[in-house]
Amino acid sequence: MNKNLSYKKPLLETPFHERTSEACYNNDWYRWAGYKIAKEYSSTELEYTSMRNTAGVIDITPMHKYDIKGIEACEFVNKLVTRDISKIQPNQIMYIIWCNEDGNVIDDGTVFCLKEDHLRIMCAERNLNWFTDTATGFNVEIKDITETIAALAFQGPLSCKILNLLNVNDIENLEPFQFNNYQINNSNVLISRTGFSGDLGYEIWCDPADALNIWDSLFKFNRDYKVLPTGMNALDMVRIEAGFIQPNADFMSAEQALRPNRMRNPYELGLSWLVDLEKNYFTGKAALKKIKKKPLNKKLVGLDIEGDKPAVGSILYDRQKKEIGIVTAAMWSPTLKSNIAIGYVNKEFMKIGSTVFAEIYHPEELEYKKIWANCKVVKKQFFNPQRRYNVPADI
Amino acid sequence: MSKSIYDVAIIGGGHNGLTTACYLAKAGLKVVVVEKQSYVGGAAVSREIHPGWTYSNCSYVCSLLRPEIFRDLELSKYGLQIIPYEGSASMLDDGRYYAHYNDHDLTYRSIAQFSKKDAEAYDRFGKDVMRQCKIIKPLLKMTPPDPTSFAPKDIMGLFDFAKFFAAKDELGGLGEKEIYDTIRFWTMSVRDYLEEYFESDIVKAHLAGSAIIGTALGPYSPGSAYVLLHHYMGEVDGTVGAWGYSRGGMGSITKAMAASLEASGGEIKAGSPVNEILIKNNKSYGMVLENGDEIYANKIVSNLDVKRTFLKVVEKKELPEDFYNAVKKFKIRGSSGKLNIALDDLPIWKSIPEGDPAGTGDLHITQSIEEMEGAYDDWKDGRWSSLPYVDMCIPSINDPTMAPQGKHYMSVFVQYVPYNLADGGWTEEKRLEFGKHVMSRIGNYSTNFNDIINHAEIRTPKELEQEVGLTEGNIFQGELTMDQLMFNRPIPGYAQYKTPIKNLYMCGSSTHPGGGVMGAPGANAAREILRDLRKQINTHYI
Repeated sequence: MNKNLSYKKPLLETPFHERTSEACYNNDWYRWAGYKIAKEYSSTELEYTSMRNTAGVIDITPMHKYDIKGIEACEFVNKLVTRDISKIQPNQIMYIIWCNEDGNVIDDGTVFCLKEDHLRIMCAERNLNWFTDTATGFNVEIKDITETIAALAFQGPLSCKILNLLNVNDIENLEPFQFNNYQINNSNVLISRTGFSGDLGYEIWCDPADALNIWDSLFKFNRDYKVLPTGMNALDMVRIEAGFIQPNADFMSAEQALRPNRMRNPYELGLSWLVDLEKNYFTGKAALKKIKKKPLNKKLVGLDIEGDKPAVGSILYDRQKKEIGIVTAAMWSPTLKSNIAIGYVNKEFMKIGSTVFAEIYHPEELEYKKIWANCKVVKKQFFNPQRRYNVPADI
Repeated sequence: MSKSIYDVAIIGGGHNGLTTACYLAKAGLKVVVVEKQSYVGGAAVSREIHPGWTYSNCSYVCSLLRPEIFRDLELSKYGLQIIPYEGSASMLDDGRYYAHYNDHDLTYRSIAQFSKKDAEAYDRFGKDVMRQCKIIKPLLKMTPPDPTSFAPKDIMGLFDFAKFFAAKDELGGLGEKEIYDTIRFWTMSVRDYLEEYFESDIVKAHLAGSAIIGTALGPYSPGSAYVLLHHYMGEVDGTVGAWGYSRGGMGSITKAMAASLEASGGEIKAGSPVNEILIKNNKSYGMVLENGDEIYANKIVSNLDVKRTFLKVVEKKELPEDFYNAVKKFKIRGSSGKLNIALDDLPIWKSIPEGDPAGTGDLHITQSIEEMEGAYDDWKDGRWSSLPYVDMCIPSINDPTMAPQGKHYMSVFVQYVPYNLADGGWTEEKRLEFGKHVMSRIGNYSTNFNDIINHAEIRTPKELEQEVGLTEGNIFQGELTMDQLMFNRPIPGYAQYKTPIKNLYMCGSSTHPGGGVMGAPGANAAREILRDLRKQINTHYI
């Protein structure tokens, strides 16, 4: 029996818990894959600002990590995902999605190439069964190593500078979607230039025993460069600005949807660039070929909305007040000073520049104000600064 | 000898008979329920047969009761409250226990101790079962259409049935894959079904329990997967598949129904066994009670199972030959036993620590599906199972009304127990021996169980039949197999709550959608009767 399991403590604590629980004075926790992760430490607004102004530290330990080892590791992942990853090189990372046989998206994630015969997939949802089912017939071994690696996202314009101050050798030359082995205050870490903020940023992967050392190090220069621990609420804000989508928020994972019509294919999600119909057989290929030939019924788009009241949960309409879509994520963007959202619109409104209307119920002192707001269909990627791509990175 | 006249007389005061009566009384009809026992409730009863303790003598937990019925009959006003489960567990021989909790993450971790793969598969299984429940839910409330009829009602009904299967995804119907899954689910064995998801023996055994409770099928028998589904399609406040305790025992449900009926002007005649249904020219018009009293009514409704109704109460000469033969062949086999135990203290389990919420819901004793199939083999041979599947619960932990302070009440459901024993019939000694056998199995998993037993009520299928009237003691009033479901339940051609006798209806669990303390057969029957009387009522259900 697992000695750690007690009904008195249903949720797991990450190796950073000693620090995060201290910082999270609101005691406002979010459940992520059975772990307690801070929703808000102190103030979502300030946490958000730290990610756009200096850097924010996010505990992403619950991120699922699957080790894929064996001479057919690459071949297996290529069957699993819609993108051609056969040319992935050691130290390279690729953004991937995987679909079921009907071409509906199950989840997205990243694949790290540690060696030619050793890949690692990081993703938000549990996928062990899907991966092992897909791996049948391949000479690979799949292992869930989630609990053996502690992870922090370190995101923001000063993230490279601070790592540099921590003597992380040559970190500025790490390219986007690359990773390497480094040391932080004598602890071995793997650092990847990846993240969910759409900005310059890194993800740091370490031994759970080194977790507190890494955490403390990132705050070492706080006197000059104020870094804040950042909760899930602030992370949700930066990811909307970046136009990143989330399973079970912007679409139902095909593995979890109860209603078949809630599933989405990559084209509907605007992820056609991740689908390579030319590559060899992969799960969902036949269905996606058929889907691609037909016009789309709906698509996930960005919305630029008039006014300043976030269109959370809004239904979208055309001029004649006929329902034509829904909003899946919405916010007032402090950086862009814009009222932005991600949502589905029907085929007549998919074109950039189309006009739709959102019905917004805005709470005002115990009453709801109903707002009819004009929305312009735009690209999902609202925020995309040059510093995200610079090599060497800004220090 | 008295004579009285009603619009409708219902034979049997079980939860379905009372449900039918309540709706008809609400519609303004003069209604009477005639019950052979001195109390109403049928198999949803709570009785104090041992001073200080209230037993849920037959059924013991609640999930299937349709919330619309709860609401229409104002059962809350008449004292009914459902307390949701906090967890459930299966106890293993090696001292471990397998637990499910209200908390999804805790359940995941609990299953992961046995298999990480199964912990993840449990979500997939849950999702697939929920999909099937979504399909079944609207069917429960429907009168099964007659597939051979061209009456507009039947054609519309068939269209409604078909709608769930044929509608496009966009209309909320099923996808192609879901249709395949439905057919598979309704016909497979639970063992085969669970095998597709899980690798760990105990995970499969824990889940398979729902598929064998009350049925004379084994986990390897085709059709047993549907029985699992039947136990999952209930809910507690929107949580589909959840179970709970009825505060005060299962009798609180029927007590509340009886109070609701009386408030609507209905009458209950308890302690009034029926001798015969009066029929003339193939039309029923009344009944004679054992005491000679006569009751006349325009409509007679039988809450008894179809076999008891047509083999015991209606005279054979009144029935078409085909129908009579079909009734005789209706499968209604006793397979379950029940122990109600008054405890002087809480049992201390060898595996589950005190305070663990898993110990407050249903506790199973089972090691594997193979063991359960072995238990079924014993039943086929006419013996009670040497290693019975035991589904226990201690409602008094969560329900303060069931036992004196510091003492507890334990309900023990036992699968399998035959109606007829191979070595001669049931005797008083054998009944006690059976009880001892079950208690000794439970005793193996506890350090104090044997010392805290204050009183035990031991019920074999014989007692269930004699006391409640269920033929062979079958708790569902007939097997829940495909050949006896939907428009085949109970008898093909008679699935619309009507019978070959004019003005005689059925409303028990022998009719669609079947057994469990659901109330849907009773409410559906009420709707058909009101339709025939060209009466309408405005309720949530009808």
